[in-house]
Amino acid sequence: MLGRTLREVSEALKQGLVTPTELCQRCLSLIKKTKILNAYITVSEEVALKQAEESEKRYKKGHSLGDLDGIPVAVKDNFSTAGIETTCASNMLKGYVPPYNATVVQKLLDQGALLMGKTNLDEFAMGSGSTDGIFGPVKNPWSYSKQYREKRKQKSHGESEDSHWLITGGSSGGSAAAVSAFTCFAALGSDTGGSTRNPAAHCGVVGLKPSYGLVSRHGLIPLVNSMDVPGILTRCVDDAAIVLGILAGHDPKDSTTIQDPVKPFTLPSLTDMSKLCIGIPKEYLTPELSSEVQSLWSKAANLFESEGAKVIEVSLPHTSYSIVCYHVLCTSEVASNMARFDGLEYGHRCDTDVSTEAMYAATRREGFNDVVRGRILSGNFFLLKENYENYFVKAQKVRRLIARDFVNVFNSGVDVLLTPTTLSEAVPHTEFIREDNRTRSAQDDLFTQAVNMAGLPAVSVPMALSSQGLPIGLQFIGRAFCDQQLLTVAKWFEKQVQFPVIQLQELMDDCSSIFENEKLASVSLK
Amino acid sequence: MWTRRVWLGLRASAGGRRGFPSKADPQGSRRVTAELIEHLERLALVDFGSQEAVARLEKAIAFADRLRAVDTDGVEPMESVLEDRCLYLRSDNVVEGNCAEELLQNSHHVVEEYFVAPPGNISWPKLDEKEPFSHC
Repeated sequence: MLGRTLREVSEALKQGLVTPTELCQRCLSLIKKTKILNAYITVSEEVALKQAEESEKRYKKGHSLGDLDGIPVAVKDNFSTAGIETTCASNMLKGYVPPYNATVVQKLLDQGALLMGKTNLDEFAMGSGSTDGIFGPVKNPWSYSKQYREKRKQKSHGESEDSHWLITGGSSGGSAAAVSAFTCFAALGSDTGGSTRNPAAHCGVVGLKPSYGLVSRHGLIPLVNSMDVPGILTRCVDDAAIVLGILAGHDPKDSTTIQDPVKPFTLPSLTDMSKLCIGIPKEYLTPELSSEVQSLWSKAANLFESEGAKVIEVSLPHTSYSIVCYHVLCTSEVASNMARFDGLEYGHRCDTDVSTEAMYAATRREGFNDVVRGRILSGNFFLLKENYENYFVKAQKVRRLIARDFVNVFNSGVDVLLTPTTLSEAVPHTEFIREDNRTRSAQDDLFTQAVNMAGLPAVSVPMALSSQGLPIGLQFIGRAFCDQQLLTVAKWFEKQVQFPVIQLQELMDDCSSIFENEKLASVSLK
Repeated sequence: MWTRRVWLGLRASAGGRRGFPSKADPQGSRRVTAELIEHLERLALVDFGSQEAVARLEKAIAFADRLRAVDTDGVEPMESVLEDRCLYLRSDNVVEGNCAEELLQNSHHVVEEYFVAPPGNISWPKLDEKEPFSHC
C-alpha cells in the first residue's frame, strides 16, 4: 500500500480497503525502522494519530475532504507548524514552537493530510547536501538499497557497510529521503537555488519547484525573499500535480502571490507530440558534467525526438555568470533576513546582559553555524555603501539578463527546456565533505539556480539508475505560470522511462511482519 | 584560534598601509583589512571567529568579482520577477491579533507584557577592548 500513488491510496481509503489509522501506523513504524537515515527531526506521532482518527470518522460518514484526506505527509523543518517545534536545524531556533501554521501547512491540514513530522535539512536551508544541520546529516536511502549494494559488492572488499553512505543532496534532503523511503506520500521542501530538485534527483523522487508567486511563502522561514518557493516532493508526477493544485493560489498573507485565480487540475495525457518543442540549452553542457548524466540527457532528447517532438538546441548566454550572480544576491538577502534573529522575541538567547548589541552578537555567535555566519558576513560586505553598486546592483542587472535569456528562448517557440538536474549521482559523504559548503553549493547548484532567478517552474524527474545503481534525474523547465504544461510533459516522460522502484528489502522485510500482525484496537501514545 | 593577541598583531602590521579597499582595483581582489573585518562584524553583529572565516570571505569576494566581466550597460536592476504586477495590499482592517500571550511565550525574558532587553545605549566595544574570541 505504501508504494501506491496518492490517487490509488485515496481510492483505497474511500473504499475502506485501508483506514487512515492503518496508514498512519505503517508510516510511523517505517519511520522508526529507517531512523538511521536521520530524515526526521521531529516525529509528530500523537498529532498524526489524532488526525488519522478524525480522518477515519470522515471516511466512515462518506465525507472525505479530498484526495489528501488521511494521507501521511511530511514537512521540512523551516516551515512554521503551530505547536510543533520548528528549528531550521539550527541552535538559533532549537526549542522554538511557532504559534501559527505556514499557509501551505494549513492548506495540507485543511485537506485532512496527516502530518508525520518535520524533516531534516541543512541549517537554515543553506547547503546542497543536507549535511550541515545541528541534528546531523541525512543519509540517502539508496545507500541501503539492493540496487546499490549489489553493485558495491562487486567492487568493495570488506569495507564497513555503513561507512560509505551517500548524501541525499540538499537542502531538502530529509523530505526527499522521507518520500523515497516510503515514510510519507508527499513532503514539502523549499527551493531557493535548487534545494528541492537536487535532493529529488539524488533520491530518485519527483521534485517540483512551482513558479514564483504561485504558492504562498507565509510561514516559510525566509532565506532569499525574491527566490524562495515552497517545493513539493512525491514519488510520481501526478502526485505532485495533486499537491500543487491544493497549495497554489493567492494568499492575502503573502503579497508576492499572484492574484490570478488558480484551480486544481488533472494532467492530460500527451498524445500529439508534434506540437511540442523541447529546448536543450547548450551552455549546460559543461566539462564537470558526468558522462553518465550526459548520455542520459542525450537519450532523453532523442526519446522526445523519436516520438515526434521538435527538439532544438538553444542558448542561454549568461549561464556561466548565473552562479556568481546568485551568490551575491543570495548572501545579500540572507544578511538582511537573518537580522531578525537577535534572541529577544524568540529563539535562542545567550546569557550576556551587558548591552543589546553584546547580547545580539553573542546570541548570533552561539546560534548560527559557520555557513550561516559566513553568508551573513559576505552579504554585509556586498551591501556596504562602497560596494553596493559594484556588487549588489550589478548582480541585479545580471539577474535581468539571465531572466531575459529564458524569456527569449521561450518566445522563440520552445515550450519546455530539458537539462540535467545534477552533475552526477549522489556521492559518498566522505567525499562530499572534502570541500566547504560554499564551494559545494556553487558546484551543485549549477543547473538549478538560474531557474530561481527567473522565477520559472521546474521539475526534476528520476530517469534511470547509474552504473552504480544510483538514481539520476533530469530537469524540465517551463514558462512562468505554465506549471500544468510543464507537469504534463514531465508525466509523459516519467511513463516512458519507467524508473525502477527502490528495493529497501532489509528495512521492508522487518516491516511486512508488522503489516500482517498489527492490531489497531489499542495504541498506547507513550 | 583567533585570540586577541593575533588581532592586535594584525592591526599593528597593517597599520601603516591601512585604508579602505580601493574601489577601482583592477586586479579585482580585495584585501580584507582588519578595519573591514571590524566594520563587518559591527554591522552584522556576527563575528568571524577564525582566520578560515576571513579566508572564506576573501574567496567569496574574489568569486563575486567575476561579475565585472558582464556588460550591463543600459540594463536596469531586477528586484523581483513579478515586477510587472502590482503587489496585493490588504485593506487596513483589524482581522486578527490579541495573541500577546502566545507570542510572549517564545521569549526567554519577559516581564508582564514586555520583552526585556539589556540596555541599548551602551555601544559595541572597540576591538582593543573586546574579550578574546573563542572559536565556536
